[in-house]
Formats: sequence, structure tokens, C-alpha cells
Amino acid sequence: MSVPLLSARGVGKRFGGRIACRDVSFDLWPGEVLGIVGESGSGKTTLLNCLAGRLVPDGGTVTYESRSAGSVDVHRLSEARRRLLARTEWGFVNQDAREGLRMGVSAGANIGERLMAVGARHYGEIRGQAADWMGRVEIDVERLDDRPTTYSGGMRQRLQIARNLVSNPRLVFMDEPTGGLDVSVQARILDLLRGLVEGLHLSVVLVTHDLGVARLLTHRLMVMQGGTVVEQGLTDQVLDDPQHPYTQMLVASILPV
Amino acid sequence: MTSSQPALRVSGLAKSFTVHAQDGLSLPVLRDVSLAVSPGECLALVGPSGAGKSTLLRSLYGNYRADGGSIRVRQDDLWTELVGAEPRTVLDVRHRTMGFVSQFLRVIPRVSAVDVVAEPLRRRGTDPAEARQRAEFLLAMLGIPARLWALPPATFSGGEQQRVNIARSLIVDYPILLLDEPTASLDAANRDGVVELICQRRDAGAAIVGIFHDGDVRDAVATRVHEVLPPASPTPASLAGVSP
Repeated sequence: MSVPLLSARGVGKRFGGRIACRDVSFDLWPGEVLGIVGESGSGKTTLLNCLAGRLVPDGGTVTYESRSAGSVDVHRLSEARRRLLARTEWGFVNQDAREGLRMGVSAGANIGERLMAVGARHYGEIRGQAADWMGRVEIDVERLDDRPTTYSGGMRQRLQIARNLVSNPRLVFMDEPTGGLDVSVQARILDLLRGLVEGLHLSVVLVTHDLGVARLLTHRLMVMQGGTVVEQGLTDQVLDDPQHPYTQMLVASILPV
Repeated sequence: MTSSQPALRVSGLAKSFTVHAQDGLSLPVLRDVSLAVSPGECLALVGPSGAGKSTLLRSLYGNYRADGGSIRVRQDDLWTELVGAEPRTVLDVRHRTMGFVSQFLRVIPRVSAVDVVAEPLRRRGTDPAEARQRAEFLLAMLGIPARLWALPPATFSGGEQQRVNIARSLIVDYPILLLDEPTASLDAANRDGVVELICQRRDAGAAIVGIFHDGDVRDAVATRVHEVLPPASPTPASLAGVSP
């Protein structure tokens, strides 16, 4: 617990003249779930992509404490090493499962591919683990050989989660993992994610615009407005005692049920 | 055991709410609050409605952000300062040392009552089967019928939800307990069960701070009373808007 798993210092990114995010700094500790909230266009997803090495920031550094090579500067790694890291120690759950899955191959192959990337070669074992993970994300094992094109939206999202977690990552980035799904499907995925994050002691950076999702899944929150972090702290404290005008407005805008 | 030393020490605590939607209107609630609670003590917060009892309790838990002063918690034979602490410090104190019973259960979709109760214990690494057993014991003790244990508490009555909440907060033997109206919506029989549980914890050495509107409950559990005085300037009724 003495070293943060991920550290961002002064991270910023512009697209032309427009600032997407500016001067973002934080430490993520092992086992922590950090939520990034804010309205559309506040820079959440750009920040997430900078943290995960998918976008190169204009300024600042992102440092990751890797299992294999100690402390690494994410944006100074070679493309090959960064890809290796992303396959072996990280996961990335996209809002649109089609971007995170290979739609042309079976569900079992989607999960198995990640295992092969970390060195698994035994077909029976790979298939066994894939079947096990189908069960853990509550997909009927009978569907193992079906392609995700035949799956519903909720099933695809659960398959994407299985594909990401099968290789035993330490850090998972999630971009609106329940966005665009029916409320009942959403509840199931949230419950599943809660259990997995806790059981596997994962560290997570989660982007969401849904404060209910943030309350349920995260320990800490960063609130972004116009590319800047305007407030951060414990999730329940930020939501129950918001300090910044923008956070107060966000919290006050939740529709009561 | 150094039972003479306080488990929780508060000094000069200040808290106000600033409502930006109303031109930055500032509502002072707590000013220079000081108190100390030792193991085996139960301190009852008393004072008129709106005096800031709940605000004080929530500030102690770090749910509300204190403006100034000090909240120190005894953990691993050291004092840990909570005012201005990093989130992970507060989470660690909540995880191991300080429990909070709120008036309302925050329901988690699809999770059964028994798992809701067992979760804090499981998270501390207790074997799931053992955590479940302890959860069932507490639910039974608090009078939740066994046929409800496997159901998510979303559809339970207010009193049942509150008892699930109490069981969840008391399943871990926290050295410090904060109780916000733990018997508010309970009938007499269920109230007695909760009172008994609180007294057990107190006598086992927990340091407790609580709000108990029911005089009989207060007399049964409290060893001391701490008066919370209303802030000097009048508190507008609109306070409810910032502290849901």
C-alpha cells in the first residue's frame, strides 16, 4: 500500500484550440475505485484515454506501477510494450461492447484470446476457463460457441467484462459500462461489477455521467467541468456535501424516484 | 487495553454549508464543538431540532466535510486525524474502526438482505460462509423473518429496512459506533432488540456517539449527554436542500 498504482500529474489534452482536459493530477491506490463524473463534453473520456495510453496528452505524466517492470511512464513506453501492458495487467471496458469485442469470432474465442495473449496454450484449459467466466458473468455456457452478434446488449457487455477480467488484470478502465442499457440490465451489470471488483481486489478508473452508478461502485470521485477537475473526494462526501457550485448543481439535478 | 484513553477526540470542530444556488449563502451549523468518548461510553447528542446533531454525526464519519478543527480517532494505538485526511485514510478508519448506522438503508439492486448484512464482514476477509452465518444470527436477533433473508430489501417495510441496516452496521465489532436515530421507525418489541444490541456493544467496550430522540432508549443506552447548541444566527429552513 505504500506506492500508488497509477499517478497522474498535470495531464492535459487539447484538440486544436479546444481544451479537452487540463492539469489533472491524482493518485490511485491498490483496490481503489475512482469515479470520474461530469456532463457530456466535460473531458471525462479524453482523460480516461490519456490515462490508459490510448491518447497522448500534450502535457503531464502518467506513471503506472507495473507487476513486471516496476514504475513506468505510460507515455514513454514503446507501442509494443504499452500494448503488452494493456493486454496483461490492464483491462478496458468500453461503453459500446462492439468496440471491446471481436464480433466475428465466438464468445469462447473472445475470452480465450486474452488468455492466449498472456501465454496460455492448452486448448482444453483455455476453453474450461472461458466456460467458467461465462458462468461468472451469468451467461449460459451453451452460448460459448455463439458469436456476440447473436447476443443482446446486456450479454455483450457481460462478455466484454469477462474478456477483460479473465487475464487477471490489476487495473481496469471503464467508460460508461452501463450506458445505453435498460435499467434492469444495468442493475445486473452493476451488481456483477461490484462483486468482481471487490472479490478480485481490482483498481478501477470509471467514467460515468450517472451519479447513482458512481455512488454504487466508487470509493472516490473526481468531478469534471469544462475539462477541469472542480472537486474531488470521498464519493459519499462529494455527493452528500458537495462544495463546488457545479457539483451542487449536478447533485440537485438528480431526479428522485 | 488502555480503556481510560478516549477512542475519539473532537476539538474546535466547525462546519457550515454554502449554497451556491443562493448567491453563496453561508449557513453555519457547528462552531467550536469539542468532545471525547472513551471505550465503554455512549454519548447521546441532545438539542433542539436543527441544532446540528446529525450534521455533527455525519462530520465525524467524514460524510460531511468539516471546515476546521480536529477529529481524531484511536487506531493501531495511534491518533489518526480525519479533518482534511486523504480519502483512503478515512476509508481505512471506516473499514476497521468506525461504523455508522444511518436512518435509511441504501438498497443495492439484486443483493439479498443476508448478503447486504454480511458484506462488511466479508470485505474484511472473513470466510463467506461464516459471514453469512453471523448475518443470519443478527437478522434473527433483530426479528427479520427467515423467509425474507434471501430477498433484496428494496420491497421491505421501513422498519425492516432499518433493522437490516442496523445488522449491517453492527456485524463488525467496530471500536467506535455512530448511531443516527437507530430506533426511529421501529415498534416497541423491535426497539428493545436494538437497544439490547447497542448495550452489548457498549459494555463490550465500544465507544458510541448517537442521536436518540426516544427518551427511554436514550436512558437505556447513554452513559453521558452532550448538548448541541443551535448556531447563533437563525438557520433557514432551506437547509434541507443541501443536505439530503
